[in-house]
Amino acid sequence: MDKIGLYLQYPFVRYALIVGVLIALCSSLLGVTLVLKRFSFIGDGLSHVAFGAMSIAAVLNLTNHMLLVLPITVLSAILLLRTGQNTKIKGDAAIAMISVGALAFGYLIMNIFSTSSNLSGDVCSTLFGSTSILTLSIWEVVLCIVLSLAVVVIFVLFYHKIFAVTFDESFAKATGIKADQYNLLIAVVIAVIIVLAMNLVGSLLISALVIFPALSAMRMFGSFRAVTICSAVLSVICAFLGIMISIVAGTPVGSTIVAVDVAAFAICYVIGRFGKKA
Amino acid sequence: MAIITAEHLTLGYDSQAIIKDLHFSVNAGDYLCIVGANGSGKSTLMKTLLSLQPPMSGTIRFGDGLKQNEIGYLPQQTVVQRDFPASVREIVLSGCQARCGLRPFYNKEEKALAEQNMERMSITHLADRCYRELSGGQQQRVLLARALCATRKVLLLDEPVSGLDPKVTAEMYQLIKDLNKEGITIIMISHDIDAALNYSSHILHIGEHIFFGTRDQYLHSKTRRMFLEEEKGGEA
Ligand SMILES: Nc1ncnc2c1ncn2[C@@H]1O[C@H](COP(=O)(O)OP(=O)(O)OP(=O)(O)O)[C@@H](O)[C@H]1O
Ligand SMILES: [Mg+2]
Repeated sequence: MDKIGLYLQYPFVRYALIVGVLIALCSSLLGVTLVLKRFSFIGDGLSHVAFGAMSIAAVLNLTNHMLLVLPITVLSAILLLRTGQNTKIKGDAAIAMISVGALAFGYLIMNIFSTSSNLSGDVCSTLFGSTSILTLSIWEVVLCIVLSLAVVVIFVLFYHKIFAVTFDESFAKATGIKADQYNLLIAVVIAVIIVLAMNLVGSLLISALVIFPALSAMRMFGSFRAVTICSAVLSVICAFLGIMISIVAGTPVGSTIVAVDVAAFAICYVIGRFGKKA
Repeated sequence: MAIITAEHLTLGYDSQAIIKDLHFSVNAGDYLCIVGANGSGKSTLMKTLLSLQPPMSGTIRFGDGLKQNEIGYLPQQTVVQRDFPASVREIVLSGCQARCGLRPFYNKEEKALAEQNMERMSITHLADRCYRELSGGQQQRVLLARALCATRKVLLLDEPVSGLDPKVTAEMYQLIKDLNKEGITIIMISHDIDAALNYSSHILHIGEHIFFGTRDQYLHSKTRRMFLEEEKGGEA
């Protein structure tokens, strides 16, 4: 306990906690929708696109990676959603193509142009999250706070519409709800969350951050509201614990958070199995 | 004046027509049954009425102040994800969504409407239960309550009794008949010709021969006789 108190005196630890908890909150909010809409793979595909964009940004030596990564990822989110809806080509095949392509392309670019002496270290940290969450600048912290607040506000304002569109899209359309617009909104918000979360857990582990809290909450609760709230709370707790453990034990941040999420899922599974559903 | 009029309607997928040159009209207070064999295009017609799918040619006109988003809809066996966590109240309330427009939250009237429709379907005691844990009949009632939240005028029902046992089926038909008596126009797809003839005021028969008319006209029509013969032939 003393040790934690000591750590909390360092600003970089506080920054990491703020950013980590906010990102965990945002990703869990939409996780429920993604899982239920069978969209969880979109998160995966987008994170690879974000990785590709990230490597371009690194090569161009942009001081602020976000400015390039965010627009590219949002654009891909919209494109992916469109192809998933309109064409006869399997949506998941298109996503697999784009995501693997972006991944390979990103690595290629880094390999050819990078001046860094520690290339595999760079790649590894982009994929699995780095200690970069511990070296956040105040500017990044502020950007993260603003974007997460925007995500939470949008989610609360559109909560009922997101429910209607997620639960039964054709009924929603039939009664005159502009389901396509809300799907677009969901895609954009997801893209923002993924770009944010890349800093925390890296692009490979983002899906875990999005999916695990939702799946855990669904083991235990039977209403949309309860599942949403529970997954948000779970995700925040897991992120907090994960960051603390990783600082104290010196383990990688991203993997530690995901490991805590997995443990939480196991506990929820047992509770849901043997306890009474609320 | 007719609230829904279909003229020269041709429906199909990928430039392949399933129904050709369909005419019919529905007046306020009617109880229209759509019958026909599997794959004859009944659900397709309903999707077109709901503007979920454009017609290949022809027009559907809404009259008498009926707006497209004032139609309640009970889908054919929704493939609602089996593990979707949603309480009955949340689902019924979502029927009010179209009334909200851009307003983010439900107001008092909409909440009251949802309660009232749950009462009507006698599912108030299930309000906080999880949808996926209900029986098929209970689930149908929930979806019907949701449809009632979306409309005061027209209900489109796609095989509302499929998968229900005879007792619950009879209850469901009675429920729908009562709604019709309260002034709600019903358009129902049914495989159950006997029930269709029992309850409806008009029949639309889709198939090789298209028939549209009142129930009594249908009883004496050639389409029905041929359909009956076909069925007998099929059974033999
Ligand atoms: N999305 C689709 N794309 C292409 N063809 C379709 C599609 N949906 C339905 N069809 C075809 O259109 C025809 C009519 O289908 P529809 O679902 O309207 O039949 P139905 O009358 O409702 O049958 P049922 O009694 O089994 O519900 C069928 O031959 C079907 O194969
Ligand atoms: Mg059908």
